[in-house]
Amino acid sequence: MSATSPLSAADTENPLVEGLERLPVHPTALVIFGATGDLAHRKLLPALYNLAHEGQLPERFEVIGVGRRTHEDEEFRDTLVDSIERFSRRRPDPNVLEGLLNEARYVQGSFDDDEIYSELTRTLDEFDQTAGRRLDRVFYLSTAPEFFPVIAGKLGAVGLNQSERASVRIVIEKPFGYDLASARQLNAQLLDVFEEHQIFRIDHYLGKETVQNLMALRFANALFEPVWNRNYIDHVQITAAEDIGIGGRAGYYEHAGALRDLVQNHMLQLLALLTMEPPTAFDADRLRDEKLKVLEAIVPPSLDEVEAMAVRAQYAPGVVGGEEVPGYREEDGVARYSRTETYAALRLHVSNWRWAGVPFYLRTGKRLSRKLTEIAVILKQIPHMALQSSGSVGIQANQLVFTVQPDEGVSVSIGAKIPGTRMRIRPVNMEFRYGTSFLSESPEAYERLILDAMRGDATLFTRNDEIEALWSIIDPILEAWKQDKSSTIPQYEAGTPGPREANALLAPGQMWRRL
Amino acid sequence: MSEDVWAAQDTHPDAIEAALRELLRERHAANEALAPARVLNLIVVVDREWKGEIANRLERAGRYHASRTVLCAVEEGRTTLDAVATVSYEEPKGSALGVMHESVEIDLGPDHLRALQTICDPVLVGEIPTVVWSPHGHPEAVEALCPLMDVLLLDSDEMDDPAEAFARAERLRKHAYIVDLAWLRTTPWRERLAATFDLPERLEALSEIEELEIRHREASMASALLLAGWLSSRLHWERSQLRLWDGRLAGQPGQGNGDVIVSLHTAEQEAPGLAGVTVACADGTTLSLQRGEGGLDAHERDSEGAEHAWKILGASRGEGGILGEGIRQALLRDPTYLPSLEAARELSPA
Repeated sequence: MSATSPLSAADTENPLVEGLERLPVHPTALVIFGATGDLAHRKLLPALYNLAHEGQLPERFEVIGVGRRTHEDEEFRDTLVDSIERFSRRRPDPNVLEGLLNEARYVQGSFDDDEIYSELTRTLDEFDQTAGRRLDRVFYLSTAPEFFPVIAGKLGAVGLNQSERASVRIVIEKPFGYDLASARQLNAQLLDVFEEHQIFRIDHYLGKETVQNLMALRFANALFEPVWNRNYIDHVQITAAEDIGIGGRAGYYEHAGALRDLVQNHMLQLLALLTMEPPTAFDADRLRDEKLKVLEAIVPPSLDEVEAMAVRAQYAPGVVGGEEVPGYREEDGVARYSRTETYAALRLHVSNWRWAGVPFYLRTGKRLSRKLTEIAVILKQIPHMALQSSGSVGIQANQLVFTVQPDEGVSVSIGAKIPGTRMRIRPVNMEFRYGTSFLSESPEAYERLILDAMRGDATLFTRNDEIEALWSIIDPILEAWKQDKSSTIPQYEAGTPGPREANALLAPGQMWRRL
Repeated sequence: MSEDVWAAQDTHPDAIEAALRELLRERHAANEALAPARVLNLIVVVDREWKGEIANRLERAGRYHASRTVLCAVEEGRTTLDAVATVSYEEPKGSALGVMHESVEIDLGPDHLRALQTICDPVLVGEIPTVVWSPHGHPEAVEALCPLMDVLLLDSDEMDDPAEAFARAERLRKHAYIVDLAWLRTTPWRERLAATFDLPERLEALSEIEELEIRHREASMASALLLAGWLSSRLHWERSQLRLWDGRLAGQPGQGNGDVIVSLHTAEQEAPGLAGVTVACADGTTLSLQRGEGGLDAHERDSEGAEHAWKILGASRGEGGILGEGIRQALLRDPTYLPSLEAARELSPA
């Protein structure tokens, strides 16, 4: 029998991949720094388990935890099993769980201790030897941010930043820097050791289905693009409201505040995805080029402009869910006269042809009346209201609302006639909800992002120039607030939608959406 | 899980549809946070005496159930329609959204099957895809439903003769997109073979495969042939019919550098589907994947004789999971199934 069209050696594409939902991931060893920490136990390990359960991990996969607590390998595995059983979105299969963890190793020590890097090298080499090939290596830094440059430097010093015939990547958790200067410094420190294509700065919001759906909605539908500009859009509101307080995170939060915690990363990423130009292809650099362009079009305020475009506040005692809760300054670990903001609202403008004159309002806060993350695009009113009639709320501007949580979905408000003999109009919603429109359960954001990092796909990660652009927008506000030591910080009652002062950011006729 | 139920004897499709609409309206009025799922319709045609077994299989499909399931139970001698319509839901907590699913069971007679579309059409949700599954045969029902169906769910492993099963799939694909459960049983094997050969140093070995051995449950030869068909179509092997030789099916399709020995063996196994796959290349490398607890047991011998064994993790989906996956796949399109089907037909023994 003769060949019809033989596969030539020149073919670089794997012909077996066509049509598969789950793309191959090369054999990998994942090293988690901070493996005994909260993030690792609540998110990373359950995400790894779910990937294993679904057969999405590489054919050879090894995990090494690095932490300061004293554990033997066996004891470490027991803690991992416990976390997966508690936090996984599905009940673990004992055989898969055992397969995932039976070779898991633990390296104990301080992150600046040379010995742990020697032990890490030995363990990784041992895994390579057992596998009979070089495994790709992913170093996941789930530690306090001050250790990021330390760990990267030490990895470089022992040569773990590169590998012959295998890929090496480093994943950096947030916060990436404390301000523009520290972010630049951290970028420089990382880029001293790793190439940019090896660095994966994680923002787990980008792994959420609704956030990715923002791009699908904009770039896979002809319906929206014609109105996606200053001619039709009146303003945009991006809200990330939480009903909880700071919990046990006072140590972190006192230094971060709402602006650094949510606005600088998640909320500005949402703004970038909402306003960027269509990328020519959905790949890492073309997408991030477009995000960078639009972030650079947001003109950072001068110090004396900050007061007019940014509001900060702290929660005071109040009632949330029927229970009395303390004010921020009464929380454990918070300074009596703390000036850290638990609420921030901003008005930003994107200075380009598409968006000139459209205000973008961002607000985030803790201890607000409910938990809600959404992007609301409010269109302009129709120019002539011939249909309006008394006895109804009348015609309202159309709104397109992307809900990120709690119920992921999209709704469009439209004016519709109220049944009856008169021409009365009221807004009604057309709704799309994941729960009613898809069979699949959305994977956790970390599942997608860990897999992407192992595959080397940086599309949903933040590039160095992008992170600096994000900080450039926020830096003057942080500086102005830092310099202002005299004025009092507005207080808002816990369980309410936030401080009245935020209303001053809005243009006449505009109002914050109800939480 | 809560349910609202309506039932009637000697009824009519319009009455069933009106009852469903009313059940949904009443439930939504009672709780606005409850909304009907709107993903796909599923029409299932079964023998009435086995409808409980099919209902159990659908139950085990887990979260991948249709928005509206219309179960047509065929009863010998019946001339009228009896129906039960159910709206099921879990009361949502807090501000969460609750999803309602609808199911209709219609008892009907064999004479109804030739015009089954006139019974089902009024009961379906418009504007969403309709999937048809007829696990007990009833080809006349499938034919009648052709104008309504977007996707046909079938299982080539359920027919005794794989060649006949593939011919049926080939014939019906002209009417609807085919989701073949026998094909879905090969998915983890295809994914793992693709991953194995994705490594740069192994990619070239794809053109040097000399032997392919597939081990399968006796009743799952269609799955085994589809896997062989997939590899041969993806790698452009020239195919020939496999023949029974030494207690196994074997043949020698050709590829660029020569023939490939393809053999299919039956294996003792409780679960339907494949038991193992071994691929051998010209340089002496062999890779073997074997079904095991918690995933696939992999064994590799490289060209220098060094051996490595490891576990490829993944939980078994079970037959309930396969059916659920079949329903989910109705919303997707796999461009490699039809070429694999065509190849499997050519490899099928006479």
